[in-house]
Amino acid sequence: MSEKIKHFPGEQLKNIDVKEGRVPAVRHRPDVKYLWSTGIAMSRFLEGLKKGKIVGSTCKKCDRIMVPPRAFCEQCFKPVDGYVNIKDTGTINTYSASYVAGDASRIKEPILVAIIDLDGASEGMGIFHLLGEIDDWKKIKFGMKVKAVWKPPEERTGAITDIRYFRPLQEG
Amino acid sequence: MATEKIQDVRRMTHWPGHMETDYIYTLGIAGERFFKEIKENGKIPGAKCKRCGQIFVPPRLYCEKCFDKLTDWVNVGTKGKVYTFTIAYIDIKGARLKEPTIYALIKFDGTVGGLVHKLGEVDICDLRVGLPVEAVFKPQPERTANINDIKYFKPVK
Amino acid sequence: MFGKKRVAVIGAGMTLFRRTLKETGKELAWEASKMALDQAGLELKDIDSVVMGTAPDAFDGVHMKGEYLADGSGAYRKPYSRVFVGGGTGVFAVDAGWWHIASGQFDTCLVVGEEKMSSCYPHPAYAFTTIFDPIYARPLGVTLIWIFALEMHRYMHVHGIKKEDIALVSVKNKRNALDHPCAQLGANITVEDVLNSEMLCYPVQRLDISPTSDGAAALVLASEDVAKKVTDNPVWIDGVGWCIDSTFWTNRDLYYPRYVQCAAQMAYKMAGIKNPPKEIDVAEVYDPFDYKELHHMEGLMLARKGQAPRLTAEGVTQRDGDLPINPSGGLLGVGNPIAAAGIMKCCEIFWQLRGEAGKRQVKGDPRTGLAQAWGDLMQYGSVVIMRS
Repeated sequence: MSEKIKHFPGEQLKNIDVKEGRVPAVRHRPDVKYLWSTGIAMSRFLEGLKKGKIVGSTCKKCDRIMVPPRAFCEQCFKPVDGYVNIKDTGTINTYSASYVAGDASRIKEPILVAIIDLDGASEGMGIFHLLGEIDDWKKIKFGMKVKAVWKPPEERTGAITDIRYFRPLQEG
Repeated sequence: MATEKIQDVRRMTHWPGHMETDYIYTLGIAGERFFKEIKENGKIPGAKCKRCGQIFVPPRLYCEKCFDKLTDWVNVGTKGKVYTFTIAYIDIKGARLKEPTIYALIKFDGTVGGLVHKLGEVDICDLRVGLPVEAVFKPQPERTANINDIKYFKPVK
Repeated sequence: MFGKKRVAVIGAGMTLFRRTLKETGKELAWEASKMALDQAGLELKDIDSVVMGTAPDAFDGVHMKGEYLADGSGAYRKPYSRVFVGGGTGVFAVDAGWWHIASGQFDTCLVVGEEKMSSCYPHPAYAFTTIFDPIYARPLGVTLIWIFALEMHRYMHVHGIKKEDIALVSVKNKRNALDHPCAQLGANITVEDVLNSEMLCYPVQRLDISPTSDGAAALVLASEDVAKKVTDNPVWIDGVGWCIDSTFWTNRDLYYPRYVQCAAQMAYKMAGIKNPPKEIDVAEVYDPFDYKELHHMEGLMLARKGQAPRLTAEGVTQRDGDLPINPSGGLLGVGNPIAAAGIMKCCEIFWQLRGEAGKRQVKGDPRTGLAQAWGDLMQYGSVVIMRS
């Protein structure tokens, strides 16, 4: 009945008029803070990062080494069998160069981001992180070997940012 | 071991953060007309459903029961009655207020709904459900088409 | 037949889709709901149940948005629920409406989708950053476009697809939207315009992306008994499907949407569809980004893996092609008020199957249509199949 409907409702405003207060509106900024528990598996992961190790968890039944680690295997739904250290090297699964910040504002120097398939984890077990020590992002290649660049031990806090970024393994 | 008993409290970790978002809410079709009436004329309007006869305060674009568009707006006056009230001694973050604030739901005769607002110029001893109250508006130049264009409701003398 | 009752769509309605609309979310929901009821020839009292679909509360900036939107959705003193699976919500809300009636519990169900993203300031993109894991992802400064850029890039890499192949989708959909009375971004653009548009996150450029929007859309669903009383040309819901993949999005191979395939297989089985490209006459495929239309066509098995760009280049997916995709103009052209956009797609299939799509009407006499949406953290698929 699209063609039978003569009028579609909706009163358009200019977004800029709303933002700049030329349209009656109410502003509010919710002020909410959180303390997220890092839980069982993630606590292990963060403790590992503090020591300069990337921790994964294992499921013997599914023959998987999973990273990020989890407390249970989502495939067979059993508790994981244990936690293991994984190498801090891997290959680039996919990547992007971002000229956009979180609030959609634009940035000049692109942030390089990637999914990195870590060595020693099961196939396709990537983690999300930043890339660095790359002068021109157009030189990044799929399958490129990369290695974690860690903060010095005294600066590590048990956070994903204890790894500053991943850098190309050879030829800088 | 789906759950793990943590023996060493240092392993109980938390990650602090926040959700930082700002909002600008348009007042909508009915809301814009409602607040304009308050701002410009110091009047409180309601919207009447021609089908079921109910008058909604604050006014709405549609009747939630009949689903008809409400085009019939009426002035419900500035006087109402306290339907229920509370006395707040703490603020939104739980801190003690110097002066308690009285909040009430004020209903207007013959209408559905009502306004939640502050009560002022009232002796706590006089507070009761059913107390007749009237709106006290800010001076017209200070009004901004906002619920706070009404400063508070005070007992009708 | 699956379920106790066969389910029909008997009315559809929607508002304009715009970057900013004056109406509140409730008012938008009411406009779309009222139109859908009017078109079905029903009144609110004829509605037994209501399903509301709306995306994260963080857009409208109203927590418990389901409750907030209830009266505008016609839910006053009725059985009501809000469903939410991210971007997949719009089509999933129709799936949910289906089971309300197919279960035998209700004879009618009003399905409503609403989004008012303009409330979120300075840009709704910021609210999206709160959907990520606060510990693994957010400290890295992750933004929404990154994850799509990573997926798009992987898809291009695995199949050797070029940007210009993908840009054709944006060109097609924005042009289709010129004929949609509610469209926000209908335009005649070229592949060069897309390739020259601002680089946001390689390979994602400005014209690869759908806009943020305010808007609402609604459908009236009815059991066979009711449908046959009120209309001579009901559109039947013959298949529904939905599926979620691993929540560890970095553990999936992003080049192929397995979750869409699972959802589609569920729906095809119900509808008795064995050869989707032959049996589907028209499809509204979720296209918040141009590559997603191609990606989802492959997941829906409307194209073989890596072959959707070729079909697009050959004109197969144009309105006058053999398999028209997004004749409405899609999210890229009509706009993307998330849950409302999914329902808009279902509205389009409804109108197409009734032959009422006007200038947007696809050629031939489409009998079977499909709408699909995609959501959560890139791993949710929802599908509905309709027949006239």
